[in-house]
Amino acid sequence: MTETDFRRTGSEAPAFPQDRTCPYQPPKAYTEWRGESPLTRVTLFDGRPAWLITGHAEGRALLADPRLSSDWGHPVFPVVVQRTEDRGGLAFPLIGVDDPLHARQRRMLIPSFGVKRMNAIRPSLQSLVDRLLDDMLAKGPVVDLVSAFALPVPSMAICELLGVPYGDHDFFEECSRDFVGAATSGEADAAFAKLYQYLHGLVAKKQAEPGDGLLDELIARQLEEGGLDHNEVVMIALVLLVAGHETTVNAIALGALTLMQHPEQIQVLLDDPAAVPGVVEELLRFTSVSDYMVRMAKEDIQVGGTTVKAGDAVLVSITLMNRDAQAYDDPDVFDARRNARHHVGFGHGIHQCLGQNLARAELEIALGTLFTRIPGLRLAVPLDEVSLKAGHDAQGPIELPVTW
Amino acid sequence: MTSRAAGTERRGAGHALRITVDRDRCIGSGQCVMTAPGVFTQDDEALVALLPGQEDGAGDSRVREVPLACPVQAIVITED
Ligand code: HEM
Ligand code: SF4
Repeated sequence: MTETDFRRTGSEAPAFPQDRTCPYQPPKAYTEWRGESPLTRVTLFDGRPAWLITGHAEGRALLADPRLSSDWGHPVFPVVVQRTEDRGGLAFPLIGVDDPLHARQRRMLIPSFGVKRMNAIRPSLQSLVDRLLDDMLAKGPVVDLVSAFALPVPSMAICELLGVPYGDHDFFEECSRDFVGAATSGEADAAFAKLYQYLHGLVAKKQAEPGDGLLDELIARQLEEGGLDHNEVVMIALVLLVAGHETTVNAIALGALTLMQHPEQIQVLLDDPAAVPGVVEELLRFTSVSDYMVRMAKEDIQVGGTTVKAGDAVLVSITLMNRDAQAYDDPDVFDARRNARHHVGFGHGIHQCLGQNLARAELEIALGTLFTRIPGLRLAVPLDEVSLKAGHDAQGPIELPVTW
Repeated sequence: MTSRAAGTERRGAGHALRITVDRDRCIGSGQCVMTAPGVFTQDDEALVALLPGQEDGAGDSRVREVPLACPVQAIVITED
């Protein structure tokens, strides 16, 4: 079916995605979709009808089902956000491909993201966070927590992980800031092109003079085994950057905001450092920074008595799966002591977040240290004046004025 | 498997578990290590491995949650 075909059929179902009005509660329309059925009908911006999966158990089963595809390159793969340019038809490794190509790419990267490797970088994350908080405290309130804290942490962490030379950190951070903060897709495309150019040059430089980051490891393996070409290494670096930057910026900012709005629960974190990982898991469940995942059915699939047909667009609602009352008691309550096990904040199945252990390390250190050093941190404006990202973006505040 | 007998003794009759891990499926998520760190670890390639002598899962009471936590069904627990 082409785009115009969708327009002609004119789906009557409600639009998806929608913007949140409260930073951490689902849009009102979403809550009406949490009925008996584990899936509902929605309409994408181009008029294409789609299934939205809302049930926790059904969603997990589907995400583990190879009959659902993530092949962004497919001519009728569902499109959720209008793009001005298709970025030169570049294939997106990992997140936009199916097995067996996906497995080959993921295998190459798994060693760089293991639990032990991510724990080993904690001390350097801690000193980065300490430095940023020193600066913030010296500057004094009111401070925008997004630009002073939530943004530089993931940006610097990714620089270190990839092996971006120290002297280029400022340039790199500026580009990713422009990319994440872009107001229009034209601006985002320009920032993307700049980053692509930079990474292209960096990979060439590293081929000549190896260092000790993830990119250097990939290049070394590529030279050894001939498994990757230059462009693939550049694209992998870009995917890591895009997938790992904006999500984590928003997870830190929205996590801090959620805690500030539940001051009694900040105490859980302050009383016992061992509680921090559990608080972070509950924040990942409750805030669902990545609101949805996009798939296409390759074959007919039965879901709760409904047939999803081959070729159908399938959107998987992370927000609603994480709020399914069959999986969590009082799902709309933020409970820092809850065991939020099996939340899908990082997805599920073969594409489950590659950077999840890095993200956990960043969140635990950033939020744990932020509230330990500034226990009285609070919002400097009323909650309804906090401007929010659009429904199709990573969910979180655009700016977060705080005081203490 | 020698450790199974030991597991039976420690946990009482009827509770001996046997854990099998499928490293070809593993995507290195670390959910197993996070859920039951007394039983699971990741090796140098960051793929799932059982800690030595933990084939019976006796080292962690949350071990039964792990098959559901794994995103790719790489862990199977059978009970004798
Ligand atoms: C709190 C922060 C983060 C959140 C909420 C998050 C969320 C997600 C989600 C939901 C997916 C699954 C997408 C899908 O199935 O279609 C995913 C995949 C991915 N994430 Fe993250 N992510 C975060 C941080 C990171 C970081 C720090 C990195 C890397 C540096 C990263 C790299 C990736 C990659 C490469 C994939 C694709 C994996 C694959 O397809 O095998 N993410 N992430
Ligand atoms: S939970 Fe599953 S995928 Fe993740 S490391 Fe363990 S075995 Fe591998």
